[in-house]
Amino acid sequence: MKVGVLALQGAFGLHEQVLSRLDVAAVQVRTAEELAEIDRLVIPGGESTAISKLLDANSLAHPLADRLASGLPVLGTCAGLILLASEVVDGYPGQRCFGAVDVAVRRNGYGRQSESFSASIEVRGWESAFPGVFIRAPVIESAGTDVEILAELDGIPVLCRQGSAVVSSFHPELAEDDRLHRWFVEQE
Amino acid sequence: MTAESMSGRETGTTLVKRGLAEMLKGGVIMDVVTPEQAKVAEDAGAVAVMALERVPADIRRDGGVARMSDPEMITGIQQAVTIPVMAKARIGHFVEAQILEALDVDYIDESEVLTPADEAHHIDKWAFTVPFVCGATNLGEALRRISEGACMIRSKGEAGTGNIVEAVRHLRSIIGDIRKITQADSAELFDWAKQLRAPLPLVREVAETGWLPVPMFCAGGISTPADAGLVMQLGAEAVFVGSGIFKSADPAPRAKAIVEAATNFRDPHILAKVSRGLGEPMPGLEIDGLETRLADRGW
Repeated sequence: MKVGVLALQGAFGLHEQVLSRLDVAAVQVRTAEELAEIDRLVIPGGESTAISKLLDANSLAHPLADRLASGLPVLGTCAGLILLASEVVDGYPGQRCFGAVDVAVRRNGYGRQSESFSASIEVRGWESAFPGVFIRAPVIESAGTDVEILAELDGIPVLCRQGSAVVSSFHPELAEDDRLHRWFVEQE
Repeated sequence: MTAESMSGRETGTTLVKRGLAEMLKGGVIMDVVTPEQAKVAEDAGAVAVMALERVPADIRRDGGVARMSDPEMITGIQQAVTIPVMAKARIGHFVEAQILEALDVDYIDESEVLTPADEAHHIDKWAFTVPFVCGATNLGEALRRISEGACMIRSKGEAGTGNIVEAVRHLRSIIGDIRKITQADSAELFDWAKQLRAPLPLVREVAETGWLPVPMFCAGGISTPADAGLVMQLGAEAVFVGSGIFKSADPAPRAKAIVEAATNFRDPHILAKVSRGLGEPMPGLEIDGLETRLADRGW
């Protein structure tokens, strides 16, 4: 199995580090050729406007849409959630969102950096809490009926799954805890 | 949401402050002086903007004392864009920093580009919820800033010159010393700490991890996509572009080209493509002819 990390901008290096702790060799994805060779994809945190524009600049938007439509397993964190959402409320004109998970998100919905925070997340079916780190994080404002909500914080979904796509508004790559990555690479 | 319903949220932790720097990696942070320029930067794919009244090239030309920007212009820029907004405080001027924190900026740059307010002390950055970036010309300076609470280091270069030579010197100095420290034995690390005038635990951390405990970006003199590629290949994790964009003949395409160069920094074909037809870069200055060396500020 070959796991790719979208390496246009953001915390892709941290995702690679977590995956390497799990003995999973990850490759950086910047081109359509690199995208074609992977079996799973991580879309990291970063600035979603920048990543969206770089997807266009590197001619990756259409190939990525095609692979997502054919069920490529994907994990999107923070900016990755925005890119995988079906709607960006108050979004930037022309902002890419691929609709892999039927959620509407609001960029920076948790506020500016002064309101960035850490909090314990109770994930359904997990024995202990996961350390969630939220950096200028997007808020999931609504989720469609096909979306499985795996964790909430104060009544708001923060970890969701639909089909083979998993999205979080927090940054598992900033935590010492590798359970979410392990679960992502081990899921069927 | 009420405070009671906010289930144990911790703000301003080191992880949260360094975390934002992690999210900016591979990106370009652009100096802007108006909301219109901020929009141009955002449209080009900047990951953040630095709001200031004058770009370094103009500060250098005008002389006099350079201070924190007017809160009104910072607020105007915050309202114009959705990406993070940074602003500069003078070295040691902790009240300017308090004001910038009250304005809810996303990062404070304790910057040598402004006229220093304190000739011995930098700001105690642990005392703030907002994260700080500080400049450094060598590893000792970087580790002293980190010991004071900086959550991001930028190599200083020589701001406002459009000349990359100092940025390269500073990056090579910092990264070269990191490489040497990873080869040092435990006894030699005491001497390294002394030589660098840096805390021993931080020197040991660098020896163990082979990198700084915070992200290191590059600033000062970047004006072309090739410059961005150069400093990224040397090891910078993102770039600041000050005067290089809005002092060039045609800022918007240059901004976009530098953004694409920072992502594709190892691909000469893409660098060649994005470098085409950008018009005149900012006029450059020879370092030997400078009256003021901004990089010398900081202790």
